[in-house]
Amino acid sequence: MKTVIALLLMMVPALAAPVADTFSDPATEARARNLQRQLRCLVCQGESIDESGSPFADDVRHLVRQQIAAGQSDRQIEDFLVARYGDFILMKPPLQANTWLLWLAPFVVLAAGGTVAWVTVKKASRRSD
Amino acid sequence: MTGELGQLALCFALALSLVMAVSGLMGTRPQDTTARKIASGAAMGLFVFVALAFGTLTYAFVTSDFSIIDVANNSHTLKPLIYKISGVWANHEGSMLLWVLVLSIYAALVAGLQRGGERLTSGALGVQGLLAAAFILFIIFTSNPFLRLDPAPFEGAGLNPLLQDPGLAMHPPMLYAGYVGLSASFSYAAAALLVGEAGWTRAARPFMLIAWIALTCGIALGSWWAYYELGWGGFWFWDPVENASLMPWLIATALLHSALATEKSGAFRTWTLLLAIAGFSMSLIGTFLVRSGVLSSVHAFASDPTRGFFIMVLIALAIGGALALFAWRAPTLQGGAAFDVQSRETMLLLNNVFLLAACACVFVGTLYPLVLDAINGTKISVGPPYFALTFAPIFFALLLLVPLGPQLNWKRGDLKAAWRTLYPALGLAGIAALTVLALVSPRSVAATGAFAVAGWLIGASILDIRKRKGARASAFAAALAHAGLGVSLMGVAGTTLWRSEALTVLAPGQTMTVGPYTLRFDGVTRERGPNYIADRGHIAVMNGDRVSTNMLPEHRFYPAEGADMNDTAIHTTGLRDLYLALGDNRGGGRFALRAYVSPLAPLIWLGGLVMALGGFLSLWGRLRVKDTEPATPAPAAALAAE
Repeated sequence: MKTVIALLLMMVPALAAPVADTFSDPATEARARNLQRQLRCLVCQGESIDESGSPFADDVRHLVRQQIAAGQSDRQIEDFLVARYGDFILMKPPLQANTWLLWLAPFVVLAAGGTVAWVTVKKASRRSD
Repeated sequence: MTGELGQLALCFALALSLVMAVSGLMGTRPQDTTARKIASGAAMGLFVFVALAFGTLTYAFVTSDFSIIDVANNSHTLKPLIYKISGVWANHEGSMLLWVLVLSIYAALVAGLQRGGERLTSGALGVQGLLAAAFILFIIFTSNPFLRLDPAPFEGAGLNPLLQDPGLAMHPPMLYAGYVGLSASFSYAAAALLVGEAGWTRAARPFMLIAWIALTCGIALGSWWAYYELGWGGFWFWDPVENASLMPWLIATALLHSALATEKSGAFRTWTLLLAIAGFSMSLIGTFLVRSGVLSSVHAFASDPTRGFFIMVLIALAIGGALALFAWRAPTLQGGAAFDVQSRETMLLLNNVFLLAACACVFVGTLYPLVLDAINGTKISVGPPYFALTFAPIFFALLLLVPLGPQLNWKRGDLKAAWRTLYPALGLAGIAALTVLALVSPRSVAATGAFAVAGWLIGASILDIRKRKGARASAFAAALAHAGLGVSLMGVAGTTLWRSEALTVLAPGQTMTVGPYTLRFDGVTRERGPNYIADRGHIAVMNGDRVSTNMLPEHRFYPAEGADMNDTAIHTTGLRDLYLALGDNRGGGRFALRAYVSPLAPLIWLGGLVMALGGFLSLWGRLRVKDTEPATPAPAAALAAE
């Protein structure tokens, strides 16, 4: 029993870590907000952590701010969250083996379309001469 | 009794659609006049019976006939009449019936207007008949809205409160008018492949325009709804359901431009056919995404995999069939128009390339995560940052080119002269950019660029309108539509880049500031709506010590549905929105209040309206001028002979 109480007492400071709702420094606050917008609320539908009012979003906001206060970089915080929740939490899919097609496809279509258009125009202008 | 009547009407409709399909396709043979008459008659009959079925279901919703499962699951006696009616299509079964109703309206229009040659119209009706038959079968076998429930409950389950909104009551019919409108172009294209007729773009043009206008309005309406209803001030979320409506719009826009080139100069004949097929394919894919339940969002009410499978087979048959027909017949079409590098044709081709790439972004961004999940269960999110890095630059490049097109002549244009004509528009772009740089801090490249392009677009449209002074109304269509893009762009830039927001917990009497506004919280009252209970916040917008206006955002609870939602309050000056959403009760009369100031927000939808108006002018011109003469000799062939 004593150990439990001791443990509980030890946990209290951790739970009550002084993380402000908003950072007083506007630049840090902007950074936190920006980071929050890049994270998906996993229990909502298409909302970011920044917009959602769900308890999950509350928790992650808290986490983000805790980590920022602890001096972690954006990258470190994202890595931490990905390790914990998977790639799904990132609004911007990382460029990696299973996403390069996703990132390249639009530009491949653009390039292919551009090439076809160029050939078509060349042919048409030869006919027009 | 009503349910059975509807069921019967639907069965007759199925029979008529099959008659229409067979006789329509037979009517593509030159001598088969009787088949053509039967197809037209069947199209009218189809419309009458589908309308009867739809009317029956509407009657069941209005009279709260809970012995019908669909009504019991989606309606409630206390719901206001307008939401009883919109409840008809705010559920899977009813919305599919609406889909078929719209399809039958287009079929009746095709039959009634008889645009293009007899054989072409007949073939188009045949294809419409096939589509109608497939979708009616889908309804009867997987999504029958007339199924009975015994014993009937005393009260219905109600309707998702998010959908109980005038904007969303109108949104699905509008969007479907667009989605399904593309079926007319699709049918005409397929018929053109069958009978080898060149004049199909001219015959199908009004249908393309109607579909495009409806899609434009539908998307604008949906985005406006999301803005005021969802409570966090955004207007576009890159949600798969929104994307499902954006893809057909992008292709329809490309189709409008490409078909114009085909009609005016015989260029891109096969490409236009392919776009017509692609446009409706996007509609079908959109329907699949929304209706099959592969997505989970507010629109995806359906969650029965058999439906998804049925739609998938339907899509495969429609798209596969059309593409097979294309592969078989397209090589027989005489292609190969002649035009210079500097010509309007080239610009229209570039327009198509960029629109296609933009559509590819949306397509991949929407489907990639689903496919990846289906293959190996990997979950990734494709959120707004993806589209900001892919869609935005591609669309931006397209916007840069827009003003050049109308300044170049068909076949042989003069790019230098076009530039010179556009100098004043460049000037306006410069002024807009400098104004933004000078007046707005912090300086932002994105904002400066966006306003420069908006100035460029609007300036070019003004020049175009001046040039055409005195012409008939439809000559201004393109100028208006292009100006609308500029207007929307300003709205999008202003809202995304300059929005200010505040989230505060307030006790009565306390004030907060957001942007240039000071707001005083005057407490909350409990209000009773017809089918909800609301906490209504009273917020005074202060002008010094004076109250300049009162705003009443509500937080509503719908007991029948057991759901709560926000009813935001928006105060607009036309150039700036003050947007309030009431948050949760924090005890002791204190409430959370979310406030946004969104500069230029109304321009987003105003631009959409201006675009739609441009489409309308063009449509008006098309329908007023009787251009129903049968197949003109293939312009491409004529050109090739030059």
